[in-house]
Amino acid sequence: MTRLASPDDRAVSDMLTVCNGRVYDPTNGVDGAIQTIAVKAGRVVRLDEVDAAARTIDARGMVVFPGGVDLHSHIAGPKVNSARKMRPEDHRRARPVPRTLVTRSGVLGSNPSTFATGYTYATLGYTTVFDAAVPPLGARHAHEELQDTPIIDKGFFVLMGNNEFAFRCLKVRETDKLVDFAAWLLGAAKGYAIKLVNPGGVEVWKDTGHNVARIDDPVEAFGVTPRQIIVGLADAATELGLPHPIHIHANNLGLGGNWLTTLETMKALEGRRAHLAHIQFHSYGGEPGGRLASAVPDLVEYVNGHVNITVDVGQVVFGDTTSITGDGPLGYYLHGITGRKWFNGDVELEAGCGIVPFRYKHRSAVHTLQWAIGLEWLLLTQDPWRIALSTDHPNGGSFMSYPDIIRLLMDREFRKAEMRRVNQKALAKTRLPELDREYTPYEIAIITRAAPARILGLARKGHLGPGADADIAIYDGRDDLPSAFAAPRYVIKAGEVVVEDGEIRRDLRGRLYYVEPDFDPAIEPEIRRWFADFYTVEFENYPVGIEYLPNAERLSARGSRATRTG
Amino acid sequence: MQSEIRVVEKATCTFCGCVCDDIDLTVDRGRIVKAKNACVLGKAWFLDHTIDDSRPEALVGGAPATAALAIEEAVRILAAARYPVVYGLSDTTSEAQRAAVEIADLAGACLDTTTSVCHGPSGIAFEMVGEATCTLGEIKNRADLVIFWGSNPAESHPRHFTKYSVTPKGMFVPNGRKSRYVVLVDVRKTPSARAADLFVQIKPCQDFEVLWALRSLVKGVDVDAGIEAETGVPLATLRALAERMKRAKFGVLLFGMGLAMTRGKHYNAAAILALARDLNRYTRFVAKPMRGHGNVTGADNVVSWSTGYPFGVNFGRGYPRFNPGEFTTVDLLVRGEADAALIIAADPAANFPQPAIEHLKRIPVIVLDPVLSETARIARVVFTTGVYGINVAGTVYRMDDVPIRLRPALPSRYPSDEEILKGIARRLRELRAERGCA
Repeated sequence: MTRLASPDDRAVSDMLTVCNGRVYDPTNGVDGAIQTIAVKAGRVVRLDEVDAAARTIDARGMVVFPGGVDLHSHIAGPKVNSARKMRPEDHRRARPVPRTLVTRSGVLGSNPSTFATGYTYATLGYTTVFDAAVPPLGARHAHEELQDTPIIDKGFFVLMGNNEFAFRCLKVRETDKLVDFAAWLLGAAKGYAIKLVNPGGVEVWKDTGHNVARIDDPVEAFGVTPRQIIVGLADAATELGLPHPIHIHANNLGLGGNWLTTLETMKALEGRRAHLAHIQFHSYGGEPGGRLASAVPDLVEYVNGHVNITVDVGQVVFGDTTSITGDGPLGYYLHGITGRKWFNGDVELEAGCGIVPFRYKHRSAVHTLQWAIGLEWLLLTQDPWRIALSTDHPNGGSFMSYPDIIRLLMDREFRKAEMRRVNQKALAKTRLPELDREYTPYEIAIITRAAPARILGLARKGHLGPGADADIAIYDGRDDLPSAFAAPRYVIKAGEVVVEDGEIRRDLRGRLYYVEPDFDPAIEPEIRRWFADFYTVEFENYPVGIEYLPNAERLSARGSRATRTG
Repeated sequence: MQSEIRVVEKATCTFCGCVCDDIDLTVDRGRIVKAKNACVLGKAWFLDHTIDDSRPEALVGGAPATAALAIEEAVRILAAARYPVVYGLSDTTSEAQRAAVEIADLAGACLDTTTSVCHGPSGIAFEMVGEATCTLGEIKNRADLVIFWGSNPAESHPRHFTKYSVTPKGMFVPNGRKSRYVVLVDVRKTPSARAADLFVQIKPCQDFEVLWALRSLVKGVDVDAGIEAETGVPLATLRALAERMKRAKFGVLLFGMGLAMTRGKHYNAAAILALARDLNRYTRFVAKPMRGHGNVTGADNVVSWSTGYPFGVNFGRGYPRFNPGEFTTVDLLVRGEADAALIIAADPAANFPQPAIEHLKRIPVIVLDPVLSETARIARVVFTTGVYGINVAGTVYRMDDVPIRLRPALPSRYPSDEEILKGIARRLRELRAERGCA
């Protein structure tokens, strides 16, 4: 039975202890020790700071993890909503989400409604989620949706890799101006990080219907190359001291032979920090349009040796989903392959978007390779602190598949059984059959909690040391841990018990994280002119005001620029 | 009152789907006296408004009441109803729309917007084929071929030509009008024809046939010369148009209700979306419906993100279901199914079919409207609310889904739709908690 929380419950829940559980907290080096976690006013505190009368959750026989952190998902904003609109059949097929006394109703499928998104993440033990691609012109829309996405903490990355103002700065090598513009744009959107999607390629698509093929191919209309865009924005992120480095969706996603582009992209960074998103989709040997092969070993070797680079997987999951991408030409390519309905949304001066329904089939050689390549990444990467679990929701599959993927990693026999269901010829061309590694709970805690939080630069997330946000997921650990990940016994968010026995018991509003770096105001007149000449909205009406951020935290940017102008 | 002139710069006009946000409003003694940059419709919209505080804040059964009392009566009606409908929403802020969705969810109601009586077929076509589209700035900066179909922006969206689609100078069309070729396709020569280089007149209800012929010609499939007798358009004209479309660098098809609400409806809209899609094999091409009301696009967005579906949603089973024709308001009323109605910023009693209006008169109706509409006259509960964009701040989505913040120029003693709807939602939640059932 669900019940409505009364005001009395709330006063008590200010303090809480979780005792007798096996704790996995890699940030603090805790690997399955029986420990008590004390909570006060939404944070983890030392045990002696909590009153003895506080509620105690007896986690005997259970495992205690920090709340999950998804650093690359698509949950809000114009493209996600277009996908929802375009696919009623996808919602209708899925299990419905009825309203309860404490929650709103919704729909699932590959693009769940906002309320269902928040609740579903929470009921999997995830408490922090970032949307990976919002065009700044649609930032206000993303914020409105995030207000309607309950429980989880969140934020989004701002698309800049095809911004035409940025191109103009790069063309004339005005790097200072680019840094100021990036700072202004992040603050105007109230976004969290700089995102590049197929840098330069989306502009070529908007201009000609084609794409770039190599990172030194020029974007004709603006006289810049993907390499210049990548390096320029990586430097901007560094100079601004953003908590998260540039987040790159590299060129040539999904194409045979693209691993060379991925390698070139990593090399172009020359030691600059960067996060390469959904690396699985960028690790293909072979030829464009020809047979795919796995190029994971070569790329893993490079990543193992270069600590400036982090990745998330973009694991493929068999079944029906939707491809939603800021990569316009990719959307058209997938439409050509599948022949299914297609949405394309070009955003003036800024970005693109493509949406196509997609099904990953066990029998397909290509899809089998994609599935195996993601697992190769997870099983071959030496340093779990630099790889985060993701499905690039919903592109590789839904975030609701995370428990299944965790089982594939933790349970070798299960993995072998799953391997028997896929295309055997394709499987044989990968190293997956020979990999015996099994993830420990500690390593799972790294790739789903500690590492993504660290990569995002969120010091209070992904761990359970004093001062951390009291976001805690408690799973039944008595027999089968992998299957327990599908249904936590308790989820605590900011110190409140929000999930008990798989049900949402309390609805609350999560926090929005954003940055607003200082910039040289001398740049404003030029941005104003840019708006007057080419935009269709007014400069004054473009920035998102704080009225859209009812529960937000501005993270400080610690770059040289911040000290110079601030 | 003393003369006290102030200017509200960069205000946003919510009259039509253009949602122009460059209007400078001059306010003098509680009245907007000047609306710089506004078109004829926008001027009428802004200059008509004064601070009128002569109406009661609410009416219950025709008698003046406080808003608080009216909220209680509205909640009583919604809680007692077995099949209520929440309708309207295209002329209010997205913040109010979100509160209305919550009410529908709490009340297990049908939730429907004016989309179901305007571009609903375009929404269904979107679900059939998708849509290759763009924001209006892409048209301004790139489009060298602009085709209006079943749309008369000269009268319905007067600034569309000058701000977005025909005359503006853009990045890749530096000569503005001279850089573009403009076509109008319609069943009659409307004032918009003056803006076009080519006017193609088709016989009424032949849109689908013409579009299908164009799809064929674009793909190199021959079309029978009998097409002229059928549609009124010579084959040579269609051939030339198809060639022109393929040769364009960036083409756009902007279609109105003249396409989506004539015979064929969503098949017509699907045909034009498919034509734009097909053309991307040869060049870049996009399509876009010319949405009418100021925030009807916001209604589609809000209802979609909260329920997964754009309009015609039913919460009767405790979760959203979608079925246009079953859960759309005209159908619900004509069949006599709805037993209560919450109408927000729409006037169904003025523009619905007579049998629907007859049923509205038989059931308890709750209305939120700044003016005493036809629907308000037959309503059990009426709330007078502030006007969005004039008195009320909030968010509005332009016809291309771009969200824009409103800058209200005049204060009002009346609450906003959002405040009233949140009040109703709060009381419904409390009632549910007391009863202990979802």
